[in-house]
Amino acid sequence: MTAIERLTTIIIWTVACAVALFMMAPLVVAVIVSFSASPVFNLPPPSWSLRWYTILASKPELLDAVSLSVQIALISTAISLILGTLCAIAVAQGRFPGREAISTFMISPLMMPGLVLGVALLQFLRGYGLRDAYLGLLIGHVVITLPLVMRNVQAALSLFDFSLLEAARTLGMAPPKAILKVLVPLLAPAYLTSGLFAFLSSIDNYPISMFLVDAHHKTLPIQLLVYLESSPDPTIAAISTCLIVLTVLFLLIADRLVGLRRLAEF
Amino acid sequence: MSKATLDPHTAAVARPGHRGFKIDPTAALALPAVLYLVAAYAIPLAILLFAAFRTPEGLSLANFAGFFADAYNWQVTYNTLWSAGMSTLACLVIGYPTAVALARSRGVVQMALLVSLILPLSVGVVVKAFAWTIMLRTNGILNQALLGIGLIDAPLRLLFTPTGLVIGAVNVFLPFMILPIYSVLRLVDARLPEAAATLGAGPVYRFFHVLLPLTLPGIIAGVAFVFSLTVSMYVVPNLLMGEQFMTLPRLVARSYLYFRNEALGSTIAVILLVIAVAVVMGSQYLIRLTRHET
Repeated sequence: MTAIERLTTIIIWTVACAVALFMMAPLVVAVIVSFSASPVFNLPPPSWSLRWYTILASKPELLDAVSLSVQIALISTAISLILGTLCAIAVAQGRFPGREAISTFMISPLMMPGLVLGVALLQFLRGYGLRDAYLGLLIGHVVITLPLVMRNVQAALSLFDFSLLEAARTLGMAPPKAILKVLVPLLAPAYLTSGLFAFLSSIDNYPISMFLVDAHHKTLPIQLLVYLESSPDPTIAAISTCLIVLTVLFLLIADRLVGLRRLAEF
Repeated sequence: MSKATLDPHTAAVARPGHRGFKIDPTAALALPAVLYLVAAYAIPLAILLFAAFRTPEGLSLANFAGFFADAYNWQVTYNTLWSAGMSTLACLVIGYPTAVALARSRGVVQMALLVSLILPLSVGVVVKAFAWTIMLRTNGILNQALLGIGLIDAPLRLLFTPTGLVIGAVNVFLPFMILPIYSVLRLVDARLPEAAATLGAGPVYRFFHVLLPLTLPGIIAGVAFVFSLTVSMYVVPNLLMGEQFMTLPRLVARSYLYFRNEALGSTIAVILLVIAVAVVMGSQYLIRLTRHET
């Protein structure tokens, strides 16, 4: 190794370690603050307590926000999984013109600024007199979760050899059984992973939700923003910690299913 | 339904070569999803575009001309492009070495690096921006750390400054730079730089003539991702900057939620849309160009 090579190796590893610390810092800080006894955000905290977690339970507007966010995330994920899988099968297996165009169109919402999608939907729904925030949020969230599911399931299907189904049938399996025994197990990991990520992206979404909430229907990120702008206290850290724990849990499952390395593919 | 999809005989009927206008029934499976996005995404976007060009005298560019006639709006546009540009540059400078480290590492170390990127990426931006409002304080841990390692003598004012904004934005969007570069680096044949070395190329020559051209598609993709995301970020500037630092996304939100000025809001939204889409499309074109050359 020459001197220059040794120097670049040192630089690369220093930067990488600093980046790892820098990336994890906000999560670690949010968790630490949530266990602090002090209402101001002093680090390190003067003493530890669980008071912010107990206060969580006595904030009905926060619990309402959690419940609304979970409902919207579950329903929009379910809708996306059904519509997205059907569409991905059509694109992967069909023989009709325009499949490439359909696939590009279905994934294109991921390219657009979320804020613009939110504004467009707000104007559209206002124009048609739809004032129901719940329905509006649901419509908006499917617009971002559907492309996620579509992209992942389509990628998994493109690796799937459909002649395996034919082989299973030649060997005497009934078609429904062939699908159940061959296609479903091979597709299940991608299916579950895209479901998990659709759920997370809906739970964390603010740029679309911001325009579709009303006074009585605020999703969790929007309620958190309202708190941050009015009365920031470590309750926010406590709920952030819950979100972080949820994310860790989901990533552990996704890692088991498809491996973390595949999640890093872009 | 699944029977129709997966039956090879049905698919064979519509295969090109067979005469007639029989449309593959599989296409019907795509219909619900496509119709949904047409109704909830394509039509609303078209209406937004229409609203931005609509004036009492008919369709024209008057709204855009009006927007750019105001010096304040130029300042807002400059703020937006400046913060996006600086964040993208910072992401590239620290992201490239990290991607190289990620590609060179193995086993537990690589796993730890990947986790440190993917976990924060999967946590919502509101949580991270909130944590940065704590960390960027004058007595916050960033200042304590910098004082501790002796880089600074007195605490810096970071919260509500452009530097603080860029630090927060880089933290939120850095994985979108590192992961595309890493994806390309993984495909680079490790023997190529070695071969170049055997042929007598020095490390500097090898970087500029072997590694950099090979990873250019990843760099372009990363820059496009980060720029189009930072140009339209809302929460980070909203929490880390004061009212005086207005950006295009903040102005869009304000015109819809507070002023109820849809003409102004849709005009700025279309400007944002054009910037973000142009950057992504332009990057895809450039990536194709680099692939043809190599």
